Amino acid sequence: MRRAGVLVLVALAIATLPALAPTYQVTLMLPFMAYGVVLLGMNLLFGYTGLVSFGHALFVGVGAYTAAVLTTHLHVRHLEVILPTAALAAAIVAAPVGALCVRYVKIYFGMLTLAFGMVFYTFLLKFYRLTGGDEGMRMLRPYLLGSGWEGLSKTAYLVGPYYYFSLAVLVLATLLMWRIVGSPFGLCLKTIRDNPVKAESLGVSVPRYRWYAFMISAVYAGVGGALLATPTGNVDPTLAYWTHSGNLVFMILLGGFGHFWGPVLGAFAFIYLQDLVMSLVPYWRLVFGALLALIVIAAPGGLMGLLARRRPAEGARA
Amino acid sequence: MTANLVSILMGGVFHAAILFLVAAGLQVVFGVQKIFNLACGSFYALGAYTGVTAVGYFTGHGGPPALFIVPLALGGLAVGLVGIVVERGLLRFVYDRDETFQLLLTFALVLMLEDLIRMTWGTAPVSTGGLYLSYGQARILGATVPVYNLIVIGASLGIAAGIGWLLTRTAFGRIMRASADNREMAEALGVDMRRMYVRVFTLGTMLGTLGGALVIPATAAMSEMGVELIVEAFAVVVIGGLGSMRGALVGALVVGILRAVAISVYPEVEMLLIYLIVIAVLLWRPRGLFGAAAA
Repeated sequence: MRRAGVLVLVALAIATLPALAPTYQVTLMLPFMAYGVVLLGMNLLFGYTGLVSFGHALFVGVGAYTAAVLTTHLHVRHLEVILPTAALAAAIVAAPVGALCVRYVKIYFGMLTLAFGMVFYTFLLKFYRLTGGDEGMRMLRPYLLGSGWEGLSKTAYLVGPYYYFSLAVLVLATLLMWRIVGSPFGLCLKTIRDNPVKAESLGVSVPRYRWYAFMISAVYAGVGGALLATPTGNVDPTLAYWTHSGNLVFMILLGGFGHFWGPVLGAFAFIYLQDLVMSLVPYWRLVFGALLALIVIAAPGGLMGLLARRRPAEGARA
Repeated sequence: MTANLVSILMGGVFHAAILFLVAAGLQVVFGVQKIFNLACGSFYALGAYTGVTAVGYFTGHGGPPALFIVPLALGGLAVGLVGIVVERGLLRFVYDRDETFQLLLTFALVLMLEDLIRMTWGTAPVSTGGLYLSYGQARILGATVPVYNLIVIGASLGIAAGIGWLLTRTAFGRIMRASADNREMAEALGVDMRRMYVRVFTLGTMLGTLGGALVIPATAAMSEMGVELIVEAFAVVVIGGLGSMRGALVGALVVGILRAVAISVYPEVEMLLIYLIVIAVLLWRPRGLFGAAAA
């Protein structure tokens, strides 16, 4: 019951934030919500299925580029159309990639996903005429609920309608993921993570379930990537670079991969901490690298692990 | 035509010689410590910058330009000692952890080293200036090849032979291979694993930093060079097989030459081709061309 209370409070705080906080702090919520969606999906693979992808930025890139291509080249401006299309594009890419990757586990899975991510990165970088090369592509302001909100300045649009639209997407994505991990399907994934041999002998098709988890996580990453493109205003190949994938894993670990809310908390902490550190010193990588080392060595459960220490997190496993 | 082909091939082999050093560093560490060290590219960048500084100091103090390769190599090797600090200060805490955590710890190292390099040397590219051609150029079948490239290729082959000798002919090498095969058994037989890990990791680091130092007369040091090289070194070890020295040699040649050929024939596919080969190898023979048989 206490947990529900906390959730209501957090939801209220987020909903009233644009009215209370300085505009700049509010704009930081936009990448947080986009990454929140990406990481919710990615943790289905990492925390619940036990597969760590080092190439998930691939699907963020697919989502973001889909959104940019739709708005700039194909004149599709409705975000209600863009998000499902980004999800579909991510699913189409993920179907063959996932089918190949899930044949392996552990370091080989990580390496294979990294290689696929770099294939897409090189494609974005080198095929200049299609993708704009290293300059990338502009992402035009999408229509929300059928309106272009032309009366609003860019900032007013972002902290107003776009903020609540992103929030709605994050809430929907969270509710859906909550249903997924609580379903028999989610239980199968956890069984696969803890004991694949036993899962197989119980009649669970391990590769197929891993593939399903991969597909779901890719769709989440595609939607999150499309959401991310608007506040940035521009998409470029670094979205698909391997260090971006590394940062995604970092965010999950920061929040705590053994807990449902870990990835969302991790995205939040990462974005605001990065902003704080960058405002103090120009070397955020140094500080974040040290932080990551500290988490890996001393607190592998992440922030949720520290918060929920009294009660062992559900299904957490180091 | 032949001249063109030879110069492309020699460029590829030079790149392969450098890649081999970094990949060899990756392999010894993976072979013994079972850690895939993402930071090996950062060590390479560190070696490159140190090499520039060492050469600058040397020529600035009246050292003859013709001998610049001496401070270059020494600087590259010396900064490799940072491996001791990294192993004792960070890695030793995670040997018993899941490999995900080990991988992430080396990723933390990538982040830290990139900024440490920016703090020390700034963001602008640095280079050794015009020393690259101070050994002149050689003509091979009509193509002109900088003599320096030939020296590096020779040095890399020498180091490959040296590592081979170390692994197969010395007591240290035998103990190292035994530890790689079966850590518990080696420990039970009295091998001091702590010392073994420090030595192996430092050896791996030094190979990477030396590779970085040796490449630098031919190019300029940039802070992103590390994260870019790691994906190539990664391709090398995947194609050759994780943990295999012979694999690193063959993988480096494959990647180096293919890349050189692709750049001159169809530049768009440069690295794309390499990654596609990596994927093909991973799918067809996940242990690589020279990796141990599937467990």
